[in-house]
Amino acid sequence: MLPDIIKMIPIYIMGRKYEVPQGLTILKAMEFAGYRVKRGCGCRGGVCGACVTLYRRKGTYQLNFGLACQTVIEPDMYLMQLPFVPANKAVYSIKNLRANDSAIAKLYPELMRCLQCNTCTKACPMELDVMGYVAAAMRGDLKNVVELSIECVMCGVCAARCPAELSPFNIALLIRRMYGKHVIPPSPQLGERLKEISGGEFEEQLQELKRADEAEILEKFKEFQATKGEAAIELGRGKDDYASNAH
Amino acid sequence: MAYSAEFQESLEKIEASRNGRLGQGFPKLNLADKTSLLETYHPDFRMAEKREIRVGPNRGSVAPNELVDLLESPSRLAPEVVDLTKVDFRTDVLVIGSGGGGVTAALTAKECGAEVLLATKLRLGDSNTIMAEGGIAAATLPEDSPVIHYVDTIVGGRGKNIPELVEALVNDAPFIVEWLTSLGVNFDRLPDGAYYAHMPAGHSRRRSHSVKDITGLEFMRVLCDEVRNREIDVLEFSPAVELIMDDRGQCAGAVLFNFDTEQYFCVEAKATILATGGMGRLHPQGFPTSNHYGATADGVVMAYRAGAALLYIDFVQYHPTGIAWPEQMLGLLVSEAVRAQGAQVVNVDGDMFVDRLETRDALSAAIIRECGERGKGVLTPTGMVGIWLDTPLIDVMGGERTFLRRFAGIHSRFKKYDIDPIHEPILIYPTQHYQNGGIRVNVDGETDIPSLYASGEAAGGVHGHNRLGANSLVDIFVFGRRSGMHAAQKVKGVKIGRLSLDHVSAYRDSLREANINSGKSSPMLLPDYRFEKALSTVQHTKGR
Repeated sequence: MLPDIIKMIPIYIMGRKYEVPQGLTILKAMEFAGYRVKRGCGCRGGVCGACVTLYRRKGTYQLNFGLACQTVIEPDMYLMQLPFVPANKAVYSIKNLRANDSAIAKLYPELMRCLQCNTCTKACPMELDVMGYVAAAMRGDLKNVVELSIECVMCGVCAARCPAELSPFNIALLIRRMYGKHVIPPSPQLGERLKEISGGEFEEQLQELKRADEAEILEKFKEFQATKGEAAIELGRGKDDYASNAH
Repeated sequence: MAYSAEFQESLEKIEASRNGRLGQGFPKLNLADKTSLLETYHPDFRMAEKREIRVGPNRGSVAPNELVDLLESPSRLAPEVVDLTKVDFRTDVLVIGSGGGGVTAALTAKECGAEVLLATKLRLGDSNTIMAEGGIAAATLPEDSPVIHYVDTIVGGRGKNIPELVEALVNDAPFIVEWLTSLGVNFDRLPDGAYYAHMPAGHSRRRSHSVKDITGLEFMRVLCDEVRNREIDVLEFSPAVELIMDDRGQCAGAVLFNFDTEQYFCVEAKATILATGGMGRLHPQGFPTSNHYGATADGVVMAYRAGAALLYIDFVQYHPTGIAWPEQMLGLLVSEAVRAQGAQVVNVDGDMFVDRLETRDALSAAIIRECGERGKGVLTPTGMVGIWLDTPLIDVMGGERTFLRRFAGIHSRFKKYDIDPIHEPILIYPTQHYQNGGIRVNVDGETDIPSLYASGEAAGGVHGHNRLGANSLVDIFVFGRRSGMHAAQKVKGVKIGRLSLDHVSAYRDSLREANINSGKSSPMLLPDYRFEKALSTVQHTKGR
């Protein structure tokens, strides 16, 4: 028996009507209806892009896209999952690439066919400015592509909808990798650290610690904690914590 | 979705009591009270929900009931239905699982000259790794060192970590950051290229390297793209159901299952690397989980059946502030920094019942008690229960815009569902987060079984009894690389004998002899959320 608090609403999964509890996500509504999802479900937390779903509300003509694990059902919603998009992906060696627009155009010549119709942006379930980053890619503004596309979950809907037959999400991935590898300067500190480790600088101390008992380890820990310099901060903070520091 | 009518009465009480609570603490638990609270309510101490394993290498040691159920079940595969004389794929290295550990093992083995087949249950990259927000721990800054990272990791693990594994972890970690950067990961950086690192709880230096709050997503996008660029063979929607052994006692591949056609097929491999993740989706003790859909401990179950010992498998990490509403974010985490910044923990009547700065374990226990025996939890329209985290206090105490400045990510996640944590509290409940133990391995990822490796959350030992934040993202790459490298060398000298699933039949026989009939079969492959199981009810609010 379901608790009284639960109210049922109708939805249509690939045209078939089911009564499901209000407030569920599309994914859980499908499961409540009896589907054991194999394709079309991954992280269940809105980041993997596996569960993108095409839907239309009754009485409207628009087709919408949402992640099934993040989109709440509405009465009389018609839906179908889109678990795979056979999108084009160029194969390349990241090491041998140059970070410039001719390298992009060589791997994805269709980029220049963009019609600026904005269908990609309207379809993106993450509400990214897809057309904006495609335009930036056409201008060779790599940094802007990185900024506008960094939250892409690679669901492929932009490629499925694009009338010019681009794969915007794969083009953006190429550019982000180019930027990360070839544009951001290497960290001088990391290079030093790698040399120290390879040179065995910490070897003796680590061997001592491996033999140390619990009390000695705790003593060291107290010492390190006392010199840590700033209050511990937890992971997963808001974006503007480092916005001013990021490249 | 905003808070519906069902929440209004409780929300009004929270509003009404907020001014009175402002600046008030709740008496901190003394040691005796804390011990008793933990022993009665904390999942780790509820022995009624753990039990001894009665067969196999760890016979006599305990594990969560949900995992024991699977370890004490016969295989879902009847050995007779598989014709091992017909091999569908032959490869040097078979990698099972495509999170950070699996993909790294595959890339590394390929780089070292081995032929590689990567099999995965869902899509390439679907894993817990992709969900990691925070960062990857590595001693890259001048004020830090692998020595300090070593000490922090051991203290976090309650001294139970295997020292050689931790040594490998801290020494390799900076090389992993270098490797990921060389593949084109866009780490948060300073203008001169230096890494912008954070200091998560339990660490003594800034050493967590992030990519905004989508670190794992960026890693997996880049690594999966590299797998495609290196043209590594990938079998998606093909979970492994059992390992294949040979008559020389070594692992010789696996039987895979095609989810689409529901056919079994055989992969013969000179080395097999399990990177199958943890057990979150078994919902140990009925808890929600922050884990992805496929986290059903398949690798642990298969390796155990083949004779590999497990280590610390009874230690499970719970996070006190998992999201209980809205439904879409159930089980996902809210940063502990929200409490540090002033948010109190409050029940359905708007009353405090625990200090907001109690440790993770005590806070989880207090919330479970409040929702259970005391009946002071908030019931949601989908049957879940939770406790308020009174986030509006953050701006009241710290001044306007404090919440937005500190927690823009949390704010935008909740705003999507018309919940505004600047002005409305957040509903939380403890969530299962991480399997601290796993298959016992050495520094090269080798298990007790020749030619069988394990890496990442599937393996146990490096984190002792309790993993530190940001140490899992580095673990998967360090041991993924080590496994891949070692396996690629090893296969040069491996000769495979006659293939066999005798261990599967022998395990079934040992269950019969011990009179064990779980009524189930394993591995689970996917959790079953059909029909009423789709609703997030809570079954674990009782005390011991």
